[in-house]
Amino acid sequence: METVVLEHLASEADTAETVAAIPLAEIDVARPSLFQKDTVGLFFARLRREDPVHYCSESRFGPYWSVTKFNDIMAVDTNHKVFSSEAKLGGIAVDDMHRDQSNLELEMFIAMDPPKHDAQRKAVTPAIAPSNLLLLEPVIRERAAAILDALPVDEEIDWVQRVSVELTTMTLATLFDFPWEERAKLSRWSDVTTAIPGAGIVGSYEQRRKELIECAMYFKGRWEQRIDRPEGNDLITMMANSPATRDMPFFEFLGNLLLLIVGGNDTTRNSISGGVLALNRYPDQYRKLREDPSLIGSMVPEIIRWQTPLSHMRRTAIEDVELGGKLIRKGEKVIMWYLSGNRDETVIDRAEDFVIDRPNPRHHLSFGFGIHRCMGNRLAELQLRIVWEEIQKRFSFVEVVGEPERLLSNLVRGITRLPVKLHAR
Amino acid sequence: MVKLTFLGPDGRTYPVEIEAGRSARDAALFNDVPGIDGDCGGVCACATCHIHVDPAWIDRVGRLADGSMEAELLQFAEGATSDSRLACQIELEPDLDGLVLHVPAQQY
Repeated sequence: METVVLEHLASEADTAETVAAIPLAEIDVARPSLFQKDTVGLFFARLRREDPVHYCSESRFGPYWSVTKFNDIMAVDTNHKVFSSEAKLGGIAVDDMHRDQSNLELEMFIAMDPPKHDAQRKAVTPAIAPSNLLLLEPVIRERAAAILDALPVDEEIDWVQRVSVELTTMTLATLFDFPWEERAKLSRWSDVTTAIPGAGIVGSYEQRRKELIECAMYFKGRWEQRIDRPEGNDLITMMANSPATRDMPFFEFLGNLLLLIVGGNDTTRNSISGGVLALNRYPDQYRKLREDPSLIGSMVPEIIRWQTPLSHMRRTAIEDVELGGKLIRKGEKVIMWYLSGNRDETVIDRAEDFVIDRPNPRHHLSFGFGIHRCMGNRLAELQLRIVWEEIQKRFSFVEVVGEPERLLSNLVRGITRLPVKLHAR
Repeated sequence: MVKLTFLGPDGRTYPVEIEAGRSARDAALFNDVPGIDGDCGGVCACATCHIHVDPAWIDRVGRLADGSMEAELLQFAEGATSDSRLACQIELEPDLDGLVLHVPAQQY
């Protein structure tokens, strides 16, 4: 934990010049501080130009490959027979799962290969199938409207806490049929799951373990109430009654639960914040939106691209394989930097810019591709669409009035504070 | 050119034409047929160009191959059946002239 803090204090702000002067072999884009300072883009731009499939031989996460261009990322993501997600090989993030005794050995289908992955994913997919989303939409809209109606205008508020966290927690509570008055537990468990001990959310792996076991016990209780009662569209009822998931071992139960909580929480939360930031950085786009609210449809996937709520996903090569002219050896760690691929000018026109009326706005990497593609992608879009429709009905301008603060994480691209002032229509 | 028809979930018909050798996904997108998203760009990576092949055509088009990437992706799609395919994996050669494809209610 101390290394995190020291590294953060020691590093000065990077510029294009200082980044250009670093020997290529020393570039380590997995340093969490680069994401907190939001300077990692300078490093990615250089790698895409000079060394798109880049080997970093030493880092606090061990040696790893960085894949930085759109099409190379696509090639890795769609080749699950060579690039494994298996937790026991390290899983899906640069920071290995199952790394030491103090870490929980969580089992979740995002970190499994077929056939086990397929059976478990199929069991929970119906909860967020488009037909089920249609049933959820009026509830989500009503609750979103209530959250926005309660906001004060013409004074500084933190958009992250007052809106983004509230809205996503509310949706999660709806999906899990979770007691409304206890919904803050959900966002706490989401934060704890992805937290690096010592970076502000939990103090130690031990504390993290303790809180997550509490989460599991809480849900175990609700699960037992629902077992053999298959009516209900919520995720717990579905998992408790599907043959593929009803007899899961404890850590598999906890893992899949946390996967659904994190998957639907951090990611959408940061897209809701990122959208406000993007519209403020590109006022011409905000103007376009005000003039033509029908652009919300194409703006939503553009927000998800521009923000890229998960900076990376990781795979492990299970045989020697060539990628972009480099030989990746069996057992090596391969990081797909979605954040970099989404800025690849050779595939996306004006990739750095936020443009709300792109012709193919969904051609981005934020949801991944292949069998692990985000199963909540339509729900994420639905939530963002509702939020922006309701915002536009009420406010002429959500004005950013201070610098955003960002999460110390190379995985969740998080905005932790965003001061805004609301202007009524 | 190859002619084909998409039937929407609401009963509307979309007759379209495209040069031979392109995919049914491209035929839908280039002609603005609603309900086919094709997010990944047509490389069998996302399952958002799911269609049902008309019974009269399924033998000529061919069913999903077991163990293929297409089959792996389609197993998670809502409402997938034994006549489901991904439109990006249907190459329109002249022998498919007149093909009829059914668009599902939602892509996912």
